[in-house]
This record gives sequence, C-alpha cells and structure tokens, in this order.
Amino acid sequence: MLRYAVKRLGSLAVSLIVASLVIFACIEVVPGDPASFMLGINAQPDTVEALRNELGLNKPLVERYFSWVGGLVTGDLGTSYTYRSPVSEIVSERLVISIPLALFALSLTVLIAFPVGVLAATRRGSFTDVTVMGATQLGVAIPNFWFALLMVLVFAINLRWFSAGGFPGWDAGFLVAMKALTLPAVALALPQASILARVMRSSLLDTLSEDYIRSARAKGLTTRQTLWRHALRNALIPVLTIIGLQFSFLLAGAIIIENVFFLPGLGRLVFQAISQRDLIVVESVVMLLVFAVIVVNFLVDLAYAWVDPRLRGRA
Amino acid sequence: MTEAGFLHAALRSRNLVLGLSLTLVFAAAALVSFLWTPYDVTQLDIPGKLQTPSASHWFGTDHFGRDILSMIMVGAQTSIAVAIVAVGIGMGVGVPLGLAAAVHRGSLMDEVIMRGNDLVFAFPSLLIAIMITAVFGPSALNAIIAIGIFNIPVFARLTRGAALSIWTRDFILSARVSGKGPARISIEHILPNVTNLLIVQGTIQFSLGILAEAALSYVGLGVQPPTPSWGRMLADSQTLISLAPHMALFPGFAILLTVLGLNLAGDGLRDILDPRIRRTGR
Repeated sequence: MLRYAVKRLGSLAVSLIVASLVIFACIEVVPGDPASFMLGINAQPDTVEALRNELGLNKPLVERYFSWVGGLVTGDLGTSYTYRSPVSEIVSERLVISIPLALFALSLTVLIAFPVGVLAATRRGSFTDVTVMGATQLGVAIPNFWFALLMVLVFAINLRWFSAGGFPGWDAGFLVAMKALTLPAVALALPQASILARVMRSSLLDTLSEDYIRSARAKGLTTRQTLWRHALRNALIPVLTIIGLQFSFLLAGAIIIENVFFLPGLGRLVFQAISQRDLIVVESVVMLLVFAVIVVNFLVDLAYAWVDPRLRGRA
Repeated sequence: MTEAGFLHAALRSRNLVLGLSLTLVFAAAALVSFLWTPYDVTQLDIPGKLQTPSASHWFGTDHFGRDILSMIMVGAQTSIAVAIVAVGIGMGVGVPLGLAAAVHRGSLMDEVIMRGNDLVFAFPSLLIAIMITAVFGPSALNAIIAIGIFNIPVFARLTRGAALSIWTRDFILSARVSGKGPARISIEHILPNVTNLLIVQGTIQFSLGILAEAALSYVGLGVQPPTPSWGRMLADSQTLISLAPHMALFPGFAILLTVLGLNLAGDGLRDILDPRIRRTGR
C-alpha cells in the first residue's frame, strides 16, 4: 500500500508540474504581452511599462515561472491588478462560498443517488425501477443552469420560499446562509445524482450476479443481509471513482450555477476577472481549481486501492 | 450483424426509435432554418416584444420582439455544428492516439499518451474554455476547441482499451504473419472492430457537447450575439423570468429534448451494437 501511494504521489507531482506549465504558457501566449493586454489599446506606454515592472514581466521567462510556482506553494498568488489586493485574500473570501456549495451538492448527490440506485437494482424490472431509470434519463439530459432558472421561477418568484439569488454571508447565521445555498446545491446535484444513481444500480446488479452472492444466499443469509454484508461493499468500488470525477464537475459546474444565483464565489470571480482582463486572477484561480481536481482524484485512487487490494499491483 | 438484422433490432428498440426521432426533429429544424424560418431572426420588432405564445408566434417573442421559434430553429444550427465539430476533433485526434498507444503497449509513448489524457481530464472543459476565452476572447470557435480538447482523452482511452483486447485475437496474429505492419493492422483490422464502440460513444459525447455549448453561451463564452444560440437565449431570459417565463421555457426544452434524444439513441445503439451487453440482456 505504501509503495503504491509513493508511486502515485510521483505521478501526482508530474501532473501538477505539467498543469502549471500549461496554464503559465497559456497566459504567456496572450497577444502582445500581459501588461498591454490588461490595460487595453488606449494605455499610455509608460503606464504599460510600469505594469510590466510591477508584474515582473521584464524578468526572464524561467525566472517568472519559478517565482509564480514558488508563490503558489507559499500561498502568495500575486496581486490582483483590478482589485489592488492580494489574490490569495480575494480567493479565500470566495472559497468560503464555493467549497461549502460544492460539498453541499456532493452530499445531496450521494444522499439521493445511493438509496435510489439500490432501490432500482433490488427491484430490477419493477415499476419503481422503470420510473427511476426514466427520471434519471431526464436528470442527465437537463441543463443544470436551466433547472436552476426553473427553480427560481417556482420556489423564489411564485412560492417565495427562497430568495432568487445573492448570499447573506455566514455572519447572518448558518441556517440563513445554507438556505441561500440550497437551490444552487440542488441544481448542481440533480444531474450528478442521476448519473451516480445509474452507476450505483448497474454496479449493484453486476455484483448481485456474482457467485459469492449465491454462496451467501445458500449459506442462509437473508436478502437484506447479503445486500449489506457482501453486495453493497463490492458495488461501491466503481461508484467511488465516479464520485471522484464528479467532484471536478461540481467545481466547474459551480462556476455556472454561481452566475445564475449571483453568488459571490470563485466562479463569479473568474468571470469578473475575465471581463476586467485581470490575468493574474484568472491564472491563479484556474491553477487552484485544477490543483483541487488532481488532488481529489489522487485521494480517490488511494481510497480505491485501500478498498480493493487487487489494484495496488497495477500502479 | 447483417444489415437486415440490424434494421430489425433497431426498429424493435424503443429507446433507439424515440431517441432518433427526437434527434431528427432538431436536425430537421436546423436544416430547414437554412432555407426558411417563420420570421427573420435579425429583424427586431420592439412594439411586439415579450408576446406570449399565440397563433402568429407559436413560442412567443423575446425582449426584442424576435420570434422564439425561429430563434430556436437557427439556434439548433449552432448547437449541432459546435457539437459535431467538437466530436470530430475528439475522434480525429483521440482515435489515432488510442490506436498508437495500443500498438506500443507499456512503452514510453503509451505512458505519455495516457498520462496526457489524465491531465486533460483534470481540466474540466469549462476551465479550458475559460482560459482560452481569457486569452483570445469569446467566440464559437473557442467554444468548439475547448469542448473538442476535452473529447480527445475520452476517445483515446476508449480506443486504446478496445484495441488492446483485439490485438490478442487470432486474426491479428495471422495478419502479422502475412507481413502487415502495425500501422496497417491498426487501420485495416483494429479500427473496423472498434467502430461500433466509437459510434455509441460519439452519440454520448455529441449530447455532452450540446450541453457544454449551451452552458458556455449561457455565461457568454460561446457564440456571440446576434447569432442565436440556446444558451444565450436562456441567459437573456433570466432577468425577465418573472415577466416572460416563456422565454426561458422553450430554449430549455429544446436543449433537454435534443440531449435526451441523443442519449436514448446512444443507449439503444449500445444495446444493439455491443454483443457483450446483448448477451447478458442488460
């Protein structure tokens, strides 16, 4: 297990280095140079020169890359040109919304998908199964930002149960803040829950047709005991991978959903930064998101190997 | 499977029939819109804005008085074109990579291709689009590139996996004995045997492409106005949603039904084309 972990840690490091190179290169190929790009075409030459100095653009490429990566490692993400404050500060203000939102959505996804998937698998072919499968087919096809709009129409505008958008802040109280995140989290969770429920169902069906399930039944375990002791545990392995992948979809999806609900999270920050041509913010936020995705997938791989020892040999 | 057998199985599959019908409706709408739409989508009619659905405007009009049905028809062009090209990029690059990786299994090249794929997976397509947009500005082309890049590893992985199992088969051995090189074997023997899988996956990626395009244009990173696109229409509807909910309903249904149609068609095709699934009846 330790050898596997070390091996995977190595490829994690390589992924992160390559990702940082790609993102750095993207910002470097900006037409003109980042300073004149950020200031626009009407900027005075000396203003551009001042910004070039401030951003360190006059230093050699390699030195700039290392100072950017060094900054990332030590938590110094540079200074935002438009906000005139450290990017790390702006980002952490936004993270207190985006991370709870993603976790909320992930918990909803799992809470919906598990029981639904198990129900459909154990009653395969029944009316319940057919209904559930039809509903998940719709859930996969629905664009989540449209679903969000519809929920705003029904629950915020017509029924007035929720506000249509905005975030009161955590100071307003935990429940008040969670209420503001509820519709966004549901919108994010619905398509992912549909996918996960389908995976759960087919994985459980696969497991239930295994020989050891028959043996378990033959030695006298009830259906319920077989399900809990043998089938579910083995069926969870593919489900776990999908949950890992879904985290990255939730993070990216949150970017869109935050815009539907005017939530001042990381996603809105990215779009504001794009429209203000604040490349330093875009660069750092994208790197941060990619970092999160890579690390989560690494952790899922580890969990996977821990659950299923057969996988350790295949690193 | 023979052609007649395929047709027979296809007609019996409810998923496939329903899915293909839905898909064809939108494909037809897109094609017809090249020649004719009920109204001109560039024609503004401010006095006639925000009309609810009626006999003259089946789906109503938007905040500029444009006919929503006509816009949905033209928007179908955008969605379908972006998704087709994006799938084309994914297949065009991903399939050769997958074939090559399978030939030299375990080699440095295989390793580089597969790790590269993992890396692309770590960038959700939206992040790729954001970076491209931040640098080159928003456009339909950039949306296509972003979605296309994300498709590459999907097809590379699928092709490699399928090709690896085919390489172990006897007819490949006899092809090698007859002196064919790996490139020729890949094209003449491996590729035809993975086509079924590619078609099924292509359908799924097509539907994901439509969803991604809609999301990108919704946040303003895709097709730019005045070209109609379903995502943009939804973005426009957002501020007016309490006044004119019909503006949000119809483009949303267009996306939902197209994606649903493609997914059902993909499921149906997989049931017919993948013998492994056909045998177990799942």
